[in-house]
Amino acid sequence: MSGYIIRRLLYALPILIGVNLITFVLFFVVNSPDDMARMQLGDKRITEEAVSAWKADHGYDRPLLYNAEAEGTAKLTDTIFFQKSVKLFAFDFGSSDSGRDIGYDISQRMWPSLAIALPVLLVGLAINISYALMIVFFRATYIDVGSVVLLVAMMSISGLFYIIGGQFLVGKLLHLVPISGYDTGLDAAKFLVLPVIVGVVGGIGTGTRLYRTFFLEEANRDYVRTARAKGLRERTVLSRHVLRNALIPILTGVVAVLPLLFMGALITESFFGVPGLGSYTIDAINRQDFAIVRAMVFLGSVLYILGLILTDISYTMVDPRVRLS
Amino acid sequence: MRLLVGLMAMASLLAGCGSPPWNNPYPDQQAGGKILYGAFTERPKHLDPVRSYSAPEYAFLAQIYEPPLQYHFLKRPYTLVPLTAEASPEAVHLDADGRLLPQGVDPERIAVSEYLIRIRPGIRYQPHPAFAKGADGAYLYHALSRNEIARLDTLADLPKTDTRELTAEDYVYQIKRLAAPWLHSPIAGLMGEHILGFEEFSERLQDVAPASGSGERAFVDLRPLDFPGVEVVDRYSYKVRLEGPYPQFVYWLAMPFFSPMPWEAEALTNQPGMRANNITLDWYPVGTGPFMLAENNPNMRMVLARNPNFHGEAYPSEGMPGDREAGLLADAGQPLPFIDRAVYSLEKESIPYWNKFLQGYYDSSGISSDAFDQAVQFDAAGQAGLTEEMRAKGIGLRTAVETSVWYMGFNMEDELIGGDSERARLLRRAISIAVDFGEYISIFANGRGMEGQGPVPPGIFGHRDGEAGINPYVFDWQRGRPRRKAIDEAKALLTQAGYRDGRDPATGRPLSIYYEAMDAGPDGKARLNWIRKQFAKLGIELIVRATDFNRFQEKMRKGTAQVFMWGWNADYPDPENFFFLLYGPNRKTAGGENAANYANPEFDRLFEAMKNLPDGAERQAIIDRMTEIVRRDAPWSFGFYPESYSLRHQWVANVKPNLMANNTLKYLRLEPDLRERMRAEWNPPILWPVFGIVAVLVMGAVPAVVIARRRERSAAL
Repeated sequence: MSGYIIRRLLYALPILIGVNLITFVLFFVVNSPDDMARMQLGDKRITEEAVSAWKADHGYDRPLLYNAEAEGTAKLTDTIFFQKSVKLFAFDFGSSDSGRDIGYDISQRMWPSLAIALPVLLVGLAINISYALMIVFFRATYIDVGSVVLLVAMMSISGLFYIIGGQFLVGKLLHLVPISGYDTGLDAAKFLVLPVIVGVVGGIGTGTRLYRTFFLEEANRDYVRTARAKGLRERTVLSRHVLRNALIPILTGVVAVLPLLFMGALITESFFGVPGLGSYTIDAINRQDFAIVRAMVFLGSVLYILGLILTDISYTMVDPRVRLS
Repeated sequence: MRLLVGLMAMASLLAGCGSPPWNNPYPDQQAGGKILYGAFTERPKHLDPVRSYSAPEYAFLAQIYEPPLQYHFLKRPYTLVPLTAEASPEAVHLDADGRLLPQGVDPERIAVSEYLIRIRPGIRYQPHPAFAKGADGAYLYHALSRNEIARLDTLADLPKTDTRELTAEDYVYQIKRLAAPWLHSPIAGLMGEHILGFEEFSERLQDVAPASGSGERAFVDLRPLDFPGVEVVDRYSYKVRLEGPYPQFVYWLAMPFFSPMPWEAEALTNQPGMRANNITLDWYPVGTGPFMLAENNPNMRMVLARNPNFHGEAYPSEGMPGDREAGLLADAGQPLPFIDRAVYSLEKESIPYWNKFLQGYYDSSGISSDAFDQAVQFDAAGQAGLTEEMRAKGIGLRTAVETSVWYMGFNMEDELIGGDSERARLLRRAISIAVDFGEYISIFANGRGMEGQGPVPPGIFGHRDGEAGINPYVFDWQRGRPRRKAIDEAKALLTQAGYRDGRDPATGRPLSIYYEAMDAGPDGKARLNWIRKQFAKLGIELIVRATDFNRFQEKMRKGTAQVFMWGWNADYPDPENFFFLLYGPNRKTAGGENAANYANPEFDRLFEAMKNLPDGAERQAIIDRMTEIVRRDAPWSFGFYPESYSLRHQWVANVKPNLMANNTLKYLRLEPDLRERMRAEWNPPILWPVFGIVAVLVMGAVPAVVIARRRERSAAL
């Protein structure tokens, strides 16, 4: 298996270079180094000299991708792309264009993101699985039909509606928790209740529908029929046989998204004022801070690749028939 | 079932019994404290006064740093008064040979203007580790090792703090910092034009400063480096020398750019490794003001706490007529500040911000467009007032016309719409009549604004109110108010210009004009449609070139735009700060701020005379003439002067909009007990719907359980 993992990691290198290149090109199609300098320096009374000085100080005074005036390999290395990209592969994210250490900021901001994402994942998983099992248990009854209609309706509603509706109902009308905000340590708990509820409720439609499908597929298999024929109660059949086998696609799906939990939720964090990595990325885009955008896209790509590798590994763990080679 | 109802009733009762509101976002320990609660929507980019140049940043900086002057809190027009200075400095003028010139001399003869600023002794800095010394008198933290620095997470990890007295050298040090090329001060270019030897000093600094390594630059002690523009006279006095006359310089002395900076702070934060740990002057300000930054976590919260070393200041004893009646002089002579802390939370979205204000968790708020109808209603006379809901909560409304102008600019370097020809002038005037900014204010600003009549907004010397102040090329004075001329008059002007019915005589097709729009998003669509319709009234086809702000700025710099909208917010309350936007040598294409690229020799001559005059009849006469010239030439359609509306709760006192002063936090007074009572009254936890949902789920589960049991007991088919 270790050979397989090393091979997958090596495959990741060209992918990361490609992602980095695409990010670079897309960013600089929209923003020039002059724009970045003006964004950092402000709108009023900025001279061309000040713009040039800022670019020189931040290493944006080189050509973007190809330095025709340089000699030899410097044609490629003495460029903004190379100079700004090469350290990424050592996970040295450097400083943001406003001067903050990006690695430090990421290490600080990933915790609020996790504080929301992890409970949402775990509570959501428990609720979705339980609800899906219940629907399967009552399949072909009014509970099944009603639940499917409810789930489709819940899937159709925008995530923004859950956020604003949750803030209005729980925070504004019922006065049960703060509408928005965040704090450190245990004080964070009261601020997490609402975003977690919103995250869980917002995910019930999609999650339960998907798991219901998994369970129904398993419930129609021969071994389940055999179990029933043995006289096992339906509850036992579902919990011991159907659930256990349907957990394979569920768990592998969960493992794939585990690393991405660090990246935060863009809209949720913005509306609830949570200082996570989602809002960090959005702020950087708005501020044209290429250093942060590049670092976050790179980190996202690495985590995504990591998630896929973990998925493969988890297959071997939950299904003995699978071997990585 | 009875048990459930009983539980619900008991929980509801418990929830309402004396416990603090559950939705209070602040710790219970803060209850009853003299703490102001506010919000900020965007993280401040810079907190170093040498770099900071935006209102959201000044909201923090101005409470911490103290420049020599400040604006009087209550007096209007805006008046400069000493802050740390003994008195407002008077300029002494010298000729080219260094001889003293009398006041009122011909500005042409003035070679140097010299300002002597005396600061008050006994002012001390906030506690800060940069000042901490050991028993041997050496600074404790100025020579930390790499390992020691690597262990630092925040400045608070340096446990010892101390203070020292503010000296004139600190002000001079900061002016030298303005010239430091690596600090990228936004006003370095402007000050280079005015402060004697500033540009040469900047170049010298570039040469003497060590190169930056890994993004860090070692501490450069600017104290021994001198230049003729600034001089430390003695411990409490310093001089600033300007090239020629620049009377507006005193206004800059009220801005954070000219705050004192202790060299010790730079010596501490510029040690190698500090920047990598995010310990910079841009993050940890150090000042002498009434407050200091106790917590800087702009991703979540920023907290200002009372500076224990504050030198003391008294609430003003004089104001304007009506201020006493409004209670604004009730605290006259009382020591400032009145509050102990100010907690600002990050609130990016307007909806939660507004709802938390209504719940009493923010002490004041602006009014977003979404909430405008809920908060404000207009009476029959068009006067804005609060709705019944707001009045019932005891909320107060303050309005003020901002010292800003939004205008529609015409690129005077454009062949069609620009230039000095009568044809182009008539075309611009016709468009100025057709584009109805009164309607714009009503539709897009909820009525918050005044139609523009000239470049100078109300509250700035040179602005004229009433009939004398209207733009006669666009408005008539009817029934005591300006009324926009009829569209037929605009059409007539267009005909005179050679464009009958808005058609280009060369092609016979409707005249096409390009409009550069910087609001290309969905929100801007309605606005762009509206502008298109305004031009269509004249038969002109407006082609909108929507783009992002970067490209918009680029087009403006290159002078390739035709028609555009832009605005200006005053740096200081002087007409020079608005007329310079139309001064020829200041054209955008020449690197200035004159976005319309307007150049009129007579206007430029008058501007040069006006900018050096004191406020008075002579200056007003010149301003009237300049205003007439730009109204006639119409390089701008004077759009509107925005009006700010702000709300405050009944427990906040001493609120008076001051659009120039940023250090007004020290004047605010709170009634925390009233706030606590109101919060508890407005936010009782309501639990019965939660129990109701649980009850519904339980009741819904009963038939499901019955079905389940029946199924399991039934025989297989």
